[in-house]
Amino acid sequence: MIIRRAFDICVNKQHIFKSVVSSPHSTLSPFNLGGDGGAILKSLSTNVYENLAVEDWIHDNVDLQGKNILFLWRNSSAVVIGRHQNPWQECNLKLMRQHGIQLARRRSGGGTVYHDMGNINMTFFTTKKKYDRMKNLNMITKSLNKLRPQMDVRPTERLDLLLNGHFKVSGTAAKLGRTNAYHHCTLLCNSDRAVLSSVLKSPCQGLKSNATPSVPSPVKNLLEEDPTLDCGIIMDSIVTEYTTQYGLDHHIILIEPKDEATLPGISKMTQDLQTWEWVFGKTPKFSVSTSFKLGYKLSSAMVTLNIDVKNGIIDSCNIKLPQHWLPSEMSEHLASHLIGNKFCPSETTRLTSALLRTCPQNEELHHKWNILCENVASVM
Amino acid sequence: MPWPVILSVPLATHRYVKEGDTVSQFDSICEVQSDKASVTITSRYDGVISKLYYNVDDTAIVGKPLVDIETEAVKVGALEEDVLEAPAVSHDEHTHQEIKGQKTMATPAVRKLAMENNIKLSEVVGTGRDGRILKEDILNYLSKQTGAILPLSPTPEIVPPPPQAGTAPPKPKDKTLPVPKPAVAKPVFTGKDRTEPLKGFHKAMVKTMSAALKIPHFGYCDEIELTQLVKLREELKPMAESRGVRLSYMPFFIKAASLGLLHYPILNASLDDSCQNITYKASHNIGLAMDTQQGLIVPNVKNVQMLSIFDIAAELNRLQTLGATRQLGTSELTGGTFTISNIGSIGGTYAKPVILPPEVAIGALGKIQALPRFNAKGEVVKAHVMNVSWSADHRIIDGATMSRFSNLWKSYLENPASMLMDLK
Repeated sequence: MIIRRAFDICVNKQHIFKSVVSSPHSTLSPFNLGGDGGAILKSLSTNVYENLAVEDWIHDNVDLQGKNILFLWRNSSAVVIGRHQNPWQECNLKLMRQHGIQLARRRSGGGTVYHDMGNINMTFFTTKKKYDRMKNLNMITKSLNKLRPQMDVRPTERLDLLLNGHFKVSGTAAKLGRTNAYHHCTLLCNSDRAVLSSVLKSPCQGLKSNATPSVPSPVKNLLEEDPTLDCGIIMDSIVTEYTTQYGLDHHIILIEPKDEATLPGISKMTQDLQTWEWVFGKTPKFSVSTSFKLGYKLSSAMVTLNIDVKNGIIDSCNIKLPQHWLPSEMSEHLASHLIGNKFCPSETTRLTSALLRTCPQNEELHHKWNILCENVASVM
Repeated sequence: MPWPVILSVPLATHRYVKEGDTVSQFDSICEVQSDKASVTITSRYDGVISKLYYNVDDTAIVGKPLVDIETEAVKVGALEEDVLEAPAVSHDEHTHQEIKGQKTMATPAVRKLAMENNIKLSEVVGTGRDGRILKEDILNYLSKQTGAILPLSPTPEIVPPPPQAGTAPPKPKDKTLPVPKPAVAKPVFTGKDRTEPLKGFHKAMVKTMSAALKIPHFGYCDEIELTQLVKLREELKPMAESRGVRLSYMPFFIKAASLGLLHYPILNASLDDSCQNITYKASHNIGLAMDTQQGLIVPNVKNVQMLSIFDIAAELNRLQTLGATRQLGTSELTGGTFTISNIGSIGGTYAKPVILPPEVAIGALGKIQALPRFNAKGEVVKAHVMNVSWSADHRIIDGATMSRFSNLWKSYLENPASMLMDLK
């Protein structure tokens, strides 16, 4: 009877019951980030912009003196490029648009990665003095070795993690501020490799830029090596190792990136990461030089296209094609109007369709103009 | 003074400031990339950027200065150099003053000011980042001590002069103590005009609209009673949804327009540049002016004369999705022969739409409002009313034609069953 009564009380105050007995998760304000020297955070969101904003927020707002914070997050399908990269050079933007795969630019350096729910992201927050990427990677490999001793995962000098000495399962990037720093890395557990390889291949020809290029590597999922693993098991193992290493409670704080009250200023940070000006406009200047063949009925023509792009905006544009195919005034008209427009296929199409309204009315000319414009837009 | 930054690896830079900008200590100057790490470099001084040694996207040279900052002539003390390595290790930038076991953060200049005025930093409230004490905080503290009252906020009304504190103000201990600035009586507007050249799509719109202005427009407006259509749509909505299509009023408006064009094909025509020939277009490619994130965009539904209302609804859904994901292509955006603008979805009743060349007519639909109207029995009933404003090219279309077309279009919509009679 006494036992039953105690049970009833506990069931009525369910959340207390839970936190005392089973789940190590609780939703607390991240300001309670412990005098115990750190915390483990996990995101409730799978939105890449929201999660990147949480990283920025912690980096900008939390005093990391004497603390170690680990942030775990996963995203639905997205391609994430490094701060100084060129998305046109790194991925297949058209394919991504067709499949609703988002594009994000993070604030840390490094190369391009593909995220989906089969990929675990880990961010290690410390002060700038305590910044040590190899230490973090060693911790990850130690946890994986404990989990599956026969699985060979090791860090390289380039700070990748390799499986069996050959397949990349993790890439690293970092951001250093004035007092704080973070190191984040991916971990391929069960990602869709077919999608990964198709979106990370750019169809862009003739692109010249000094943006940071990615170094392509053969990849493999940890689950392909050992099907008994899953993201949950791997995350738990990493959390356990982290708590052991830093003497923390095995206690995961869940973060809701939409909560402005807990994370003041986060909505603006999330918005900023989604603007065209950030995602595309921050691309270092580059140029595209390409040529293609256009055909209409029985006639065809070779077109050469030279475009310079600064801050994602077309800075100069040169279109050369034979006068007999399309009057040069029309191609010059197009080229001059493209200047100042975003290097973006939908902006270009919107512009060229509007320009068509004032072109001489001739069905053949209209068709050729459309074909030319479609080809120019497809370069973007 | 020049600010040397020693870097151990060459970098590419992104810049937050330009020459002539004023910076405060700890403001971000630039971002550099080194070995997969993006590093934010912050200013060590308050001052003005007098020289930038590199442009954005340049590679910086190890050991050479990055930026020159001119500061006020206050002695700062020993120059500390920032050393960045990968992995980065930085010198601790602030000197800490341990008072009652608490660290107070302040720049050397602020510390000097405090010392000169015998102020304990622990007694000053810091309003800077991370609670650091700024020069303004010292000045505020001083003004409170001397009894000078600084107004909290500027007000335009005349207020009596604030009374001085009882005792005579103490003499300043150091001649270099700056006098607190006088209070600002009125808010000063510091906004500036911004001029930028017209580019891209706006330039194209200038051309299009200038060409459109050459067309002599005439307008024709009317009121449509949509009570029956509202009822019909409510009935048909679930049926469309079961087929995966969202049904709005637009498919009805578009189909009714196409039925009308069958009787008045001149509204679906085009005049050539020399105004010598009219081309009657066979296809009814009805454009729908859409407001998207990019701005005005006019995709068209091709061959409406062959489509059912359901087909039109499905096609509109497709165009709306493409518009939202920025995937509208030239085939969707060109080849229109007649346009309807649903400006009422944003607001408005009557409008004066501008014809989009090479078309010869356009219609703008106002918002649907619930208004009192008289029915056949002379009773006042609730009616759903919408206004339409047509514009047409008066060179080839006369008022009578436009009126008859509009009446026919109106009759189809006020009595939707009549559309069944003429559907092909």
